[in-house]
Amino acid sequence: MAWFRKEKQKLVSQKREIAADVWEKCDGCGEILFVRRLAENLRVCPECGHHFRMPADDYVSLLLDDGFEEEFDAGLRSADPLGFVDSKPYVRRVEQAESKVGTRDAVLTGAGSIEGRPVCLAVMDFKFIGGSMGSVVGEKITRMIERSVDRQAPALILSASGGARMQEGIFSLMQLAKTSAALQRLSEAGLPFLSILTHPTTGGVTASYAMLGDVNLAEPGALIGFAGPRVIKETIRQDLPDGFQTSEFLLEHGMLDTIVPRSELKGTIATLLGHMC
Amino acid sequence: MTADKGSLEDIRQQLDELRKRAAERGLDLKSEVGDLERRLEDAHRDEMETLSRYDRVHLARHQERPFTLDFVDYLCSDWIELHGDRKYRDDPAIVGGWATLEGRTVMIVGQQKGRDMKENLRRNFGSPHPEGYRKAERLFRLAEKFGRSVVTFVDTQGAYPGIGAEERGQAEAIARNLIVMAGLRVPIVTTIIGEGGSGGALGIAVADRVLMMENAIYSVISPEGCAAILWRSRDRAEDAADALKLTASDLADSGVIDEVISEPPGGAHLDPEAAARTVGEAIVRHLDQLEGRDPEDLVRERREKYYAMGHWEERADA
Repeated sequence: MAWFRKEKQKLVSQKREIAADVWEKCDGCGEILFVRRLAENLRVCPECGHHFRMPADDYVSLLLDDGFEEEFDAGLRSADPLGFVDSKPYVRRVEQAESKVGTRDAVLTGAGSIEGRPVCLAVMDFKFIGGSMGSVVGEKITRMIERSVDRQAPALILSASGGARMQEGIFSLMQLAKTSAALQRLSEAGLPFLSILTHPTTGGVTASYAMLGDVNLAEPGALIGFAGPRVIKETIRQDLPDGFQTSEFLLEHGMLDTIVPRSELKGTIATLLGHMC
Repeated sequence: MTADKGSLEDIRQQLDELRKRAAERGLDLKSEVGDLERRLEDAHRDEMETLSRYDRVHLARHQERPFTLDFVDYLCSDWIELHGDRKYRDDPAIVGGWATLEGRTVMIVGQQKGRDMKENLRRNFGSPHPEGYRKAERLFRLAEKFGRSVVTFVDTQGAYPGIGAEERGQAEAIARNLIVMAGLRVPIVTTIIGEGGSGGALGIAVADRVLMMENAIYSVISPEGCAAILWRSRDRAEDAADALKLTASDLADSGVIDEVISEPPGGAHLDPEAAARTVGEAIVRHLDQLEGRDPEDLVRERREKYYAMGHWEERADA
């Protein structure tokens, strides 16, 4: 059996090399990519065009001329309305997410410019508890939209979320209604709302603001849906078709206006705003 | 006195017996009957107090609870059911139509479960497809056009997670209803009558007043679904139900619901008609308060109500 154990050790050491900060494996083509080169390419695989997830701050830099000229409500922090405990207390889970990602919960909001045009922008961060929407996300998005109305500026939301945050129970569900009520006011005011969907956007976020854009854009190959693929598979007890719930699938079924590669996102948004403002 | 099931059943039998005898022989047994009724109510109250949250989940799903069409039957006249979303098909998991409620025309919309397997298959166990939400949207707009109030009944384990539902935009259909209901210029009164299952419930539940029956539940996710994700086992649904705090009494002071409607002793399934009447009285009372209001005020106050929902801390120094 000695030869067997030796083989196993070799595998582990190989894995460790790939997982290091220097290299990242592409989920699209399996290519091992140099992390710095990937970052320079907006975290899009130079070989196959696969879009890796990108941190929220990087999206802010990508989309706005000079980043946030003003960040909104960075001091909002999660409360624990239910005293929720599963495998660990919710309070602890939030603290861990904060030390990993930063203290601004699963969305950054603020004001800036896109090719000189003032906008209000929200960018979700999947790394913060799966980009889940609890009270803080709902409140920050609602306030961002309200500021759009006050400033007569277009509103943009870039989504990346697993859905409503279970640990805040019914209060998370109510954020769907709250953010939609804010969008209703924005719409009354005749201001544009662009929704940009990135990988992944599912559940309560899709079932509220992410699908309510005057124009809905998505990055290529993103998973977008109401129910997650696993839930659907368990419910219908059959395999899902190839490409199910991808951006391309949603475009084909009439749920998106267009799919835009990350490198063209800002230019497309600027042109759209030109048409709509 | 502790109320085990035996004593509850005993009291109920005695009461039936007494009522029968009074009716047959024309005897005046009012005080005896009243006495037993009080004892029955006490026994039920004791029993209800010992129910766990997960017991309430089972009660909320009880097959004999009044469903949407039962409320229509008990409370309304001149019911004309309206079918179809005008886009794809009619979804029998959501019913809707014009009805007269206490002298006024209202638009009723609600999820509809079936009582037997055949009807449940037809109604997909009350789990709507996008067409159901789009039918609801059509009816909301119709009510608005003719200045009639909207009355909705929520009873679903959730919007259906299937291939067709995703293809036809389940998320968009629900999202659309949220924004449409937020801006609707007529009163909306919603009652959670059984299961209030997440986005599938909320898709017809953005309202000026949200009422909830005593044994109904309202939650961001089913306890089984929550247990599967957070505890990695559906067997922990009981723990999930406790953690989610999804009963009417849990939500009573949350600002999410406006009133808890008490049910007959032992639950609505034991006396669906009486349960429906109590709900009807509450709906009418709220409609009386809302009808005739300026539509601008109505929409603004509805929005402000939802704006206030949620819990967060605010630090100036960040």
